[in-house]
Amino acid sequence: MKRDFPTLFERSRTGRRGTRPPRPAEVDLAGLLGAENLRAAPPRLPEVDELTVVRHYTNLSRRQVGVDTNFYPLGSCTMKYNPRTGEAAAALFAELHPYQDPGTVQGALQIVYELQEYLAEITGMDAVTLQPAAGAHGELTGMLLIRAYHESRGEGEQRRVVLVPDSAHGSNPATASMAGYQVREVPSGPDGEVDLGALRAALGPEVAAIMLTNPNTLGLFERKILELIDAAHDQGVQLYYDGANLNAIMGWARPGDMGFDVVHLNLHKTFSTPHGGGGPGSGPVGAKAHLAPFLPVPTVKREGGRFLLDFDRPQTIGRMRSFYGNFAVMVRAYTYIRMLGAEGLKRASAMAVLNANYLRKKLAGVGYRIPYDRLCKHEFIAQPPEGLKALDVAKALLDYGYHPPTVYFPLIVKEAMMIEPTETESRETLDEYVEAMAEIARRGLEDPEWIAHTPYRTPVRRLDEVAANRKPVLRWRPEEA
Amino acid sequence: MNVPADRKYTRSHEWAKQEGSLIVVGISDFAQESLGDVVFVETPEVGREVQAGEAVAVVESVKTASDIYAPVSGKVVEVNEALADEPELVNGDPYGVGWIFKLEPSNPAEFDALLGPDDYTKVIEEES
Amino acid sequence: MDFTPHTPDDVRAMLEALGMQDLRELFADLPDALLEPDLHLPAPMSEQEILAHLRELAGKNASADKAFLGGGLRPHFVPSLVPALAQRGEFLTAYTPYQPEVSQGVLQAVFEYQTMIAELTGLDVSNASLYDGAAALAEGVLLALRQTRRMGVVVSQGVHPEYRQVLATYLHAVGAELRTVDLEDGLTPPAEFDDTVGAVVLQSPNFLGAIEDPAPWVEAAHATRALVVYVADPLSLALLKPPGEWGADIAVGDGQPLGNPMNFGGPQFGYIAVREKLVRQLPGRLVSQTHDVDGRRGYVLALAAREQHIRRAKAKSNITTNAQLTALMGAMHLAALGPEGFAEVAAASVARAHALAEMLARLPGVERVTPEPFFNEFVLRLPRPAAEVRAGLGERGWHAAAPVPAEYGANLALFAATERHDEDDLAGLAAALKEVLA
Repeated sequence: MKRDFPTLFERSRTGRRGTRPPRPAEVDLAGLLGAENLRAAPPRLPEVDELTVVRHYTNLSRRQVGVDTNFYPLGSCTMKYNPRTGEAAAALFAELHPYQDPGTVQGALQIVYELQEYLAEITGMDAVTLQPAAGAHGELTGMLLIRAYHESRGEGEQRRVVLVPDSAHGSNPATASMAGYQVREVPSGPDGEVDLGALRAALGPEVAAIMLTNPNTLGLFERKILELIDAAHDQGVQLYYDGANLNAIMGWARPGDMGFDVVHLNLHKTFSTPHGGGGPGSGPVGAKAHLAPFLPVPTVKREGGRFLLDFDRPQTIGRMRSFYGNFAVMVRAYTYIRMLGAEGLKRASAMAVLNANYLRKKLAGVGYRIPYDRLCKHEFIAQPPEGLKALDVAKALLDYGYHPPTVYFPLIVKEAMMIEPTETESRETLDEYVEAMAEIARRGLEDPEWIAHTPYRTPVRRLDEVAANRKPVLRWRPEEA
Repeated sequence: MNVPADRKYTRSHEWAKQEGSLIVVGISDFAQESLGDVVFVETPEVGREVQAGEAVAVVESVKTASDIYAPVSGKVVEVNEALADEPELVNGDPYGVGWIFKLEPSNPAEFDALLGPDDYTKVIEEES
Repeated sequence: MDFTPHTPDDVRAMLEALGMQDLRELFADLPDALLEPDLHLPAPMSEQEILAHLRELAGKNASADKAFLGGGLRPHFVPSLVPALAQRGEFLTAYTPYQPEVSQGVLQAVFEYQTMIAELTGLDVSNASLYDGAAALAEGVLLALRQTRRMGVVVSQGVHPEYRQVLATYLHAVGAELRTVDLEDGLTPPAEFDDTVGAVVLQSPNFLGAIEDPAPWVEAAHATRALVVYVADPLSLALLKPPGEWGADIAVGDGQPLGNPMNFGGPQFGYIAVREKLVRQLPGRLVSQTHDVDGRRGYVLALAAREQHIRRAKAKSNITTNAQLTALMGAMHLAALGPEGFAEVAAASVARAHALAEMLARLPGVERVTPEPFFNEFVLRLPRPAAEVRAGLGERGWHAAAPVPAEYGANLALFAATERHDEDDLAGLAAALKEVLA
């Protein structure tokens, strides 16, 4: 019987020390801080030596997969290779304080300024803020720009509704709510694209914006995008571009040219900054000129040879984040863009789309169903062969050394498996993955018991999520004596 | 699928049963089956006035959360406190101890307009 | 330089498998009018070239590793094992742990992080992290409004001005009302709240560095069933009575002082901790312990029905990506130091700040504005505008005297000191300031 992997708290021994700060002078804490303000007992942090800390986290990391260890075709997440160059780059700028004199951070401000310019160029927008800390944060920023715009035209009260396709990321409707809007869903047509007729019918003077992802979450490019945007603009409706899927079209097309008014990007998807187990990311927002006056402050501007923090934006929506955003993430994205250049970005998208279509074709050949079987962009939706569940295929993949695709999303496809290989995977990797998928399908159909109990070889096996949700245990506590 | 004849139903899969002057509300067997293991039930505040069709409670499973709508208008007079500790009652006995809240109806005609067992059975046949 | 592995043969063979000859065919579903815009970007660079370019840019910055600047972000010493462990590819390049069987590393580390934050704050439950202190504050206040079903918020002026600005942006969006109570002599005066107020917000140590007495606000808030949101620098919680013990319902703050470099302001991480009864109102991810089919202990994401990917328009927040890796650096930092080391760091920072305040306040025309007791940051009134003084210090290689917004008074400058400063640093800054002010 395997033992449970201990927590740091269980490894703790009273009086054991790890890293020691320089030997402190006697400090009269009660005198300096006021005896009544002191805590009665220190926080119960683990008491462990350094080697224990190092082994603990090193061994935890071995119970974790990442892009560095495994093929990770998690749809909608763009799990591409994260160059170590970005880490070396970020380290060069770690010891800068946001409140130091701007004259002493000209190099940092130059990076912010130039990245603003590059992202405006890549998306076809007029102005960019790098303040948002993540994609959803960028979404909120973008929706608040739209709201401020309508308010500035005296239409704030009237335009209360945001349209969102039923295939949208959950963060879109959640964001619209946080921005104070009512959400109305627009159905997708049988071709997986937004139903243009239904959308036209939903447009009206009460609509503030439409939030779209293009290519959409099915991996399909919205072919009627230009008509769609014209129809919306005719009614005074603003178009929001969710940039989660920009990796499909970098250098091939720009949301700004499509007619979008606002766009957010995920630097941690498209521009190869690492996801870090869930963050931190960065969610820059690009806006057309009519929305630029509302951007959050500060932005960075150039005056002569100097780079300055610009707080002078009287119509700003305000601040979205403390300081200037996730600067160290920006440095990594800046590094990536400068390494690839325009040609490299274009090639990255082409290879991402090539890999996705190749995989789509190959999987269709080994029994997987492709509900929208046409040219896709950087990702596509597959369904397991009749008789198998997406969840079971996902769990079986773990034993084969693959991170599963996103499953059960988008919600409009039953048993959906959303597969995004990214451009940094080789043809051999894709071929081997297809072989594994084929074997899982065959074995799973032959032996339902086997697949229902996968995985067998992972650090833990299927976990009781019902128990965790009924009676959550959200912190470690010592065993009751 | 179990659809008891002693009560009325909605298209959104709530059941409503007359109990004296009150209406007891819960979710149907079909609804609990499609949700899977119920992990949490968010019940409304007692005393809240609700309109028919208004979302007043939420039933959560691990991967979904479903709004429960008031079948009729009225005032919430009691909620099933037992669900706080044992949400699984909704799975085990949806028509009995798994009830969710009780309403004092403000418009009795609304109850009569709800679906009967036969019509509700047709609804679930269409959906499955 | 791109990172695609495709050889010309690969491309040809893969296109062939699709019945295509040219990569352009992969984009045949895009309207012609959109295709292949001319992108004006600088020419590509090799790794060697980009790093040389970045070093040149870095050379235009002056390192602030000995900065006396504050605002909740300061140069603290980070044990070497923290970046070394955080840079392990498994942590660095993983996504959100949606597949728990192969994500126990991140999940358990988050579970331990949650425990540490609960311990620091004296509250029951922490989430997995938020973006930063400001977002944590905004989310904490929205949580309180959901719970109380009220739309009024009262915030002390002692809360970091940038956090208050972010809060105002978030509250404007949902139509909530925000009232600010001005500081009096550097401290938050007692206040009364009516029953429209759902959240009251206090920061201690406050933006001027002073340690507040939260008791009157907690009492007044609870008298009208409002919830108390307490903003606390996590380093201060090594020594000071935690928010939970003061009776706060929600504690939030910025985690930079725990194991994170300053990064010119980001990323760091935001923390939020609450009382048990508020757990289902928490935004963001939560990790719960559970067991697998063989009875082994393991961890999963829990209570996901609060979140956007399930609850969509009715989610508690839109947050998706958080600040997981930087939060784990915070946990690694706390693990390395342990309770004693952590307290020693905090005590050293306090001692340095007090010594510095005394030295600087002796200079002619300089006066300490922050009342006692204060922690490791403090505000001085200078005889000249702070921005000028900061620039003058900057020219001499010293980073100090962050300008304090005019709402707090004229010519105010924020200072901080940490365990990273030694006596020579303090004396050096004092001499430089004397020179600049002369």
